Amino acid sequence: MTGIYLILVIFGWFNIYAAVYDEGHTSIFDISQRYGKQMIWILAAFLLVLMILLLNPKIFSQFAYLVYAVCLVILVVVVFAGKEVSGSRSWFQVGGMALQPAEFAKVGTALAVSKYLSGQYISMKDSKTWFSLAIIIALPAILILLQKDTGSALVFLAFVIVLYRAGLNGYLMLALLLLPVLGILSLVMNKLILAGILLGIAIIVYLYTKRRIHHLLVIAAIYLGSVGFIYFVDYGFDHLLRPHQQERISVLLGQKTDLKGAGYNVNQSLIAIGSGKLFGKGYLEGTQTKYNFVPEQSTDFIFCTVGEEWGFIGSLVVIFLYLWLLLRIIKVAERQRSKFSKIYGYCVASVLFFHVIINIGMTLGLVPVIGIPLPFLSYGGSSLWAFTLLLFIFIRQDAYRYELV
Amino acid sequence: MERADSNRRFFIAGFFILIGLILIMRLVYVQLLADKYILSANNNVLRYITQYPARGLIFDRKGELLVYNEAAYDLMVIPKQVKHLDTIGFCRLIGIEKADFIERMEKARKYSVYRPSIFESQITRESYGIIEEKLFRYPGFFVLPRTLRKYSAPIAAHTMGYIGEVNPDMIAKNPYYRSGDYIGISGIEKSYEEVLRGKKGLKIRVVDVFNRDMGSFQDGKYDSSAVAGTNLYSSIDAELQAYGELLMTNKKGSIVAIEPSTGEILCIVSSPSYDPNLLVGRVRNKNYNILSKDSINVPLFNRALMAMYPPGSTFKLVNALVGEQEGVLFPDTRYACPGGFSLGGGKKVGCHSHWGPLNLPQSIQYSCNTYYCRVFKSIIDNREKYRTTKEAYNAWRKGVMSFGLGKKLGIDLPGELNGNIPSAGYYDRYHGKDRWRALTVISLAIGQGEIGITPIQLANLTATIANRGYYYTPHIIRAIGRADSMNRQYLTRHYSNVAPAYFDIVIEGMQMVVDAGTAANAKMDSIILCGKTGTAQNPHGKNHSIFICFAPKDHPKIAISVVVENAGWGSTWAAPIASLMIEKYLTGKITRPEVEKNMVECNLITGY
Repeated sequence: MTGIYLILVIFGWFNIYAAVYDEGHTSIFDISQRYGKQMIWILAAFLLVLMILLLNPKIFSQFAYLVYAVCLVILVVVVFAGKEVSGSRSWFQVGGMALQPAEFAKVGTALAVSKYLSGQYISMKDSKTWFSLAIIIALPAILILLQKDTGSALVFLAFVIVLYRAGLNGYLMLALLLLPVLGILSLVMNKLILAGILLGIAIIVYLYTKRRIHHLLVIAAIYLGSVGFIYFVDYGFDHLLRPHQQERISVLLGQKTDLKGAGYNVNQSLIAIGSGKLFGKGYLEGTQTKYNFVPEQSTDFIFCTVGEEWGFIGSLVVIFLYLWLLLRIIKVAERQRSKFSKIYGYCVASVLFFHVIINIGMTLGLVPVIGIPLPFLSYGGSSLWAFTLLLFIFIRQDAYRYELV
Repeated sequence: MERADSNRRFFIAGFFILIGLILIMRLVYVQLLADKYILSANNNVLRYITQYPARGLIFDRKGELLVYNEAAYDLMVIPKQVKHLDTIGFCRLIGIEKADFIERMEKARKYSVYRPSIFESQITRESYGIIEEKLFRYPGFFVLPRTLRKYSAPIAAHTMGYIGEVNPDMIAKNPYYRSGDYIGISGIEKSYEEVLRGKKGLKIRVVDVFNRDMGSFQDGKYDSSAVAGTNLYSSIDAELQAYGELLMTNKKGSIVAIEPSTGEILCIVSSPSYDPNLLVGRVRNKNYNILSKDSINVPLFNRALMAMYPPGSTFKLVNALVGEQEGVLFPDTRYACPGGFSLGGGKKVGCHSHWGPLNLPQSIQYSCNTYYCRVFKSIIDNREKYRTTKEAYNAWRKGVMSFGLGKKLGIDLPGELNGNIPSAGYYDRYHGKDRWRALTVISLAIGQGEIGITPIQLANLTATIANRGYYYTPHIIRAIGRADSMNRQYLTRHYSNVAPAYFDIVIEGMQMVVDAGTAANAKMDSIILCGKTGTAQNPHGKNHSIFICFAPKDHPKIAISVVVENAGWGSTWAAPIASLMIEKYLTGKITRPEVEKNMVECNLITGY
């Protein structure tokens, strides 16, 4: 895991260099440029790793709630005192650098969720448990929403995977997976026709059951819930989302083509990645990313640089690295004897997974543009440190898996 | 954690892998299967900058420069880069109104804020000097050099033609052209477009998202430089051309002169004309509208190639030659002229009074109508040789057309007309099948009726007679690229169907025309001129005055046709003009200034 981490971080650094590269500043160590700064972030992250590895692994579980609480406080403070950057009030200016507390809140939340679920008298069948967990996860998400950083708030949805592993009802999980599908359908289809189709499905399902009265009631309830959801999505799209979010979704669903406005980022991103072909244009040879056609190419759209300069092969390698890391984390999590460590491992995997698929999916035009970084690769100190903390706390736990119970 | 849930790890891992596979499938599509993205990528970063070649120059037969290029400048704007603009000062500098400025900026912005568009086109070199000095104050504006066509003298407008921006139709037809390119639209500019235009060059520059130049693409590996257009050496004699235009002042009509021994066109005047510099650059559209709306003078109409006239009596020469070849006419054939040729039923083709009976050369000298009605009748009614009228008529028509009449000559200028020598089929349709005879179409005998000939065909006919039986296709460009090269297209002799031996007696008659016949006023002491007058009947007004001639009689150097519309007798106007032209060309001076004065000052347009 440490190996994959190192590869990704260093590869990210080189790609940031390529993305920001201009003839005027050619040294990758130039700290006036982003790649220079990223180098400092990376070195600092290594110090962080060192610190974590020196700490007693027990304190993560002991101080979990404290860390969580501190995160919440900082999130509250940043809502009022934060620095506003392009519409989001989510940055803290500390000396010469800006920190994004939302990134660290993920670590705090992961710790708190693990702590709570590893409690001795927690029963998965108890609704109080679900309620508490919902609060733990939703609180930071809501605070982040207040900072108008929708992307980071959505990341907290990833914890559903943890809950599933911890015993969340499988049908509920399936429902949660189907909801986005239903949501998209409700935006692209006539709502009445969709409701009709659902009615048909409900009747067929009922005919396949033993046709008891309680089956009928459950199916009817689910059906009504679904129809309600369809109308809620439509209402929410029109009234709750901000205009630029509506635009991004419309463009993604192909209801609008607006290559100069809302669709510009994704189109340019696809052009950059698509022009990489099989082997890419070669390191530092990318034209789309280097000449700034792709916006945000060192942060959220760093994958474009990979796609353009390293081609399909490079992109494939990156995706495989992430997959490998995720599967490795799951495998390692399963061998933990401590419940805390195990759940925490799933937290790490879920958060990483969410970031990776949303980020790469966004650059490939599969999901709406949601501004969240690609773990370890994207430029930015906060996200690099947060992901480093997230991962290495787990690695530290694993190293002591025989002592931690 | 419940034991039963432990297989959920596989669901989760499977889910991760599934999503990973979806991403990979998408990558396969975007990077390996779809082509549109790499195309868009090139469009994003590569700017193809056309290098415009200089258009070829055109010289006259003596090496005088007729058409050349002058630098002009297009003022370009990149709206995104325009900052802190002093609009008033800028408008004053360019010489436009503020409203105009706003409109143009809006147009440019609509096209693209990052890419340059033309703000003001074809600024002359003089204004450019002033603008250039101050342009640095206006970021976002820059100039691109272009070239304008310039004509050193206001002559031969129709022949030189003009160039203009290509329209979408032309672009669709020929992929060489891109929007904004110039193309020859008429005259030499059109017919020699591919020679004159040269070859465009291409520079590929790499730009960033702000359209900033980031250097050349792959070190200029795919760049090409422009190749200048080829120069053309025209057969036009600029001095003669100018003199012809002077003589045709305030007259409608045309003069075409050809060097018989080569087919080179020495001058080609179509009057009224216009100054070719009017159709250059920014003023072109405005002036074109004015010229094209002038329905009285129709200055854009090239009469020399596109006006058809009945040749009148000049056509008698053709009938005489065809008659000789057909074996029905001999030098001493005499016909009496009782003041006309009776068609029966009280109708007749009239003739003016002259003594008689006349032999062949005398019939030409006095242009006897009766004589040629008989000649024509003897050809068509020659039942010893042809079984039917139609057969005989077709033989006659073939003979006539062998002089380059009734069909396009294939000269190197656009817009040439066929002329008209009616076919037997035409008369079949008009009079009913086989319901016509020699007398029905007798007007052909004296060059009237349906027959139509253009001035260039008339001049070519004269050249054919001067050559005693052959012609080279008339052409305006004698050499391409090097002055001493030959325009290879025009080296074939076209023989008429009439044997060379039959020409001398006709030429004898032509000499008599000038010496003591219908064109005695064209006679010169120093030069033996052979000619023939013609008067084309014009149903719309006064007759057209026509004269064709060549000189000297032996080894002719110039053959000429003159048509003056609505001027009456051929002898009155066309003949003196032709003789002045020949004198000018052969001797370089004018010995009869009073004739010249009469011709130049006469106004045959007003009052019409």
